[in-house]
Amino acid sequence: MAHDTHFEARSQVQQEYYRKENAAKMRSQVTQFAIMILLTLVAFASAVADFAPNFVKPFVLLLAGVQVVQQLYAFMHMEDKKAYHIGVISFFMWGGALIAFTFFLCFLTIIWW
Amino acid sequence: MSSVAQKKGFGAQVWDYLTTVDHKKIAIMYLAAGTLFFAIAGLEALFMRFQLMFPESTFVSAGTFNQLLTMHGTTMLFLAATPLLFAFMNAIVPLQIGARDVAFPFLNSLGFWLFFLGAVFLHLSFFMGGAPDAGWTSYASLSLYSPGHGIDFYVLGLQISGAGTLISGINFIVTIITMRAPGMTFMRMPLFTWTSLVSSTLILFAFPPLTVGLFLMLVDRMFGANFFDHTMGGNTIIWEHLFWIFGHPEVYILVLPAFGLFSEIIPVFARKRLFGYSSMVFATILIGFLGFMVWAHHMFTTGLGATANAIFAVATMTIAVPTGMKVFNWILTIWGGSIKVTVPMLYALGFIPSFVAGGVTGVMQAAAPLDYQLHDSYFIVAHFHYVIVGGIVTALFGAAHFYWPIMFNRALNEKLGVLTFWIFFIGFHLTFFLQHFLGLMGMPRRVFTYMGDQGWDLFNLISTIGAAMMGVGVILLVLNVLISIKSEPLNRRDYWGDGRSLEWALETPLPFYNFKQTPLVRGYDPYWIEKQEGNKEGMVYAEPVGDIHMPNNSILPLIMSIGTFIAAFGALYSPWGDQAIAGTADSVSPGLSVGLIVLGLGITVGAMIARSLKDDLGYHVHVAEIEAIEKDLAQYRATGKKGGNK
Ligand code: HEM
Ligand SMILES: [Cu+2]
Repeated sequence: MAHDTHFEARSQVQQEYYRKENAAKMRSQVTQFAIMILLTLVAFASAVADFAPNFVKPFVLLLAGVQVVQQLYAFMHMEDKKAYHIGVISFFMWGGALIAFTFFLCFLTIIWW
Repeated sequence: MSSVAQKKGFGAQVWDYLTTVDHKKIAIMYLAAGTLFFAIAGLEALFMRFQLMFPESTFVSAGTFNQLLTMHGTTMLFLAATPLLFAFMNAIVPLQIGARDVAFPFLNSLGFWLFFLGAVFLHLSFFMGGAPDAGWTSYASLSLYSPGHGIDFYVLGLQISGAGTLISGINFIVTIITMRAPGMTFMRMPLFTWTSLVSSTLILFAFPPLTVGLFLMLVDRMFGANFFDHTMGGNTIIWEHLFWIFGHPEVYILVLPAFGLFSEIIPVFARKRLFGYSSMVFATILIGFLGFMVWAHHMFTTGLGATANAIFAVATMTIAVPTGMKVFNWILTIWGGSIKVTVPMLYALGFIPSFVAGGVTGVMQAAAPLDYQLHDSYFIVAHFHYVIVGGIVTALFGAAHFYWPIMFNRALNEKLGVLTFWIFFIGFHLTFFLQHFLGLMGMPRRVFTYMGDQGWDLFNLISTIGAAMMGVGVILLVLNVLISIKSEPLNRRDYWGDGRSLEWALETPLPFYNFKQTPLVRGYDPYWIEKQEGNKEGMVYAEPVGDIHMPNNSILPLIMSIGTFIAAFGALYSPWGDQAIAGTADSVSPGLSVGLIVLGLGITVGAMIARSLKDDLGYHVHVAEIEAIEKDLAQYRATGKKGGNK
């Protein structure tokens, strides 16, 4: 039922406000994107630099984890605290992640093939 | 636009159902389709029981028996229990939360058609070279080597209908979270809505592993991959993990809504508020969560090792705790109530001990060392039928009686209902109680026959007699439905007189928009509260009468589903499959196979693009029309005559 097309007239002040806010959001997205590229470079560098595998493996996984969080919060807008039902959405995302994590943990620890 | 007033031609009616997005009509389609597959699977069970009635019987061959066994299990779980529960979820949940439809009516219809065409696809196997024959679990070590196309039908049929189930599950999650009427907070939601929410969440998390497993099986069998083939470096056990990571939550997906239905039925007929509401909610969520942590109890004997077995045994036993909480809450709801033993209540009273028996055998099986003895014996068969028939089927039958007045504005016959209950209930216990002992005496499950004089003959005979009684019970229920068509319309609200939640506040027959005005919910059991305060309308409103926004019907869901159906045939007859190459299954030319896949998926994707490009904003029912419809309905309820045709 959420199909109503919505037209809204904005006042000058509103217009300026939105413009400022959009600019700020854009800036933060570009920053996040830069950080992601940096992290990727670090990951490649640590692999190329021939560090011990016992260091490289968990380190790269950690960097990947950070990027997942960035992806969710910066690019998929989970950081937006005012979004509709954001609490439920976070609960479902992290609940699902937790359950999936236990599967991996289980396969890596107690199930031995 | 009036829904009661118009008499439509037959063709128009069929078109209406093919394109409908109304949750009430989709509920009826789920009910009809689910009943059809329930009947088919029931017949398969009867054939199996007739074969096992006497030792060394030759009623069906071993191969046919395997097909019956596989199709019975698969159909009952995926194509009967699931859609029948969806029928009640569709019919009742929007009414319970004060909504005019589900959140995504289009997806609701798509979910149904995918389920239905997947089910039809699976059943075509009977006419096209033989049904799947590796059990409903279809373990890869067996199913990869099954000649013919049976397993391919299983894989593709379940893939399609599974997509439908996943879509419906997501739809219910969003509906329950976002479409609640003002005042319907989470902790005021009726238990059936709560269990539907948790069950839909389990669908969301459990169906993807199944989809992955089926996909790997699909490319293994039809396109020459080797994920599960240990001779080629694959691992056959992975299928079992993927299947049970899905499979154990699946049994809770089915039983939780059943719990919810009983949690609605029991307070109404005990005429008492549900005991321990918040602990019921908590137990539901806990069961849902723990349901994901126990899958390996189905694999104790695959050799996981002592550590894994011990951990999974303990995890499994913990599920008994929230389940026990629920049982005690039901008993304490009944305790001290002024009990009215109607047909739904009879099913509830029968459910409690039967389900507890199934839970107890479950805990026994959860003890891994004991499970080495019980596994793959008739004891397991007894366990899961006690929970599934004693828990889910009784809920479905009880809920049919309970909600028939809302769904069809007719009542099912009480006397016949009582008779049906006793025949079915006694038949159920005759069939399955003795199977515990058959299992302990060593009778393995999934065998097509057995030698005489091992002490199994009499119990098998009794079991078959019980199964026949269950069959009679089902026929009587269907008869009851047919009789109800000819009975007087009820035209009233609160058929049982003791309704508590919002759905009972509505007067049947319902207008297609359910609520003229969105209700305002003032507490748990809102209709009960209003009744207590002498409110004749059954609810207070959160808004004045205004235009109502409703979704348009669409044929696209059916077209999308037909696309996947066509593509499935392309995959099925692929010339690259192991069986096709070995010459044990027929195949078509590469061009035709790929052509069918491209054509089918093209149709599906084309319909999706059409849906995306063309904005469908729905339509508004204006105040004048609403008033005309309400007047029509009032006149119909008062005089039994359909009003003027507007
Ligand atoms: C206290 C609750 C329960 C416990 C502890 C439990 C435990 C178990 C265990 C350990 C097995 C595996 C036995 C074996 O194959 O050796 C099993 C099988 C099974 N259970 Fe349960 N269970 C419980 C409740 C349920 C419920 C509520 C359902 C369904 C609604 C269910 C359906 C099944 C099915 C279908 C199987 C057999 C699967 C197959 O091999 O085909 N169980 N249960
Ligand atoms: Cu299980």
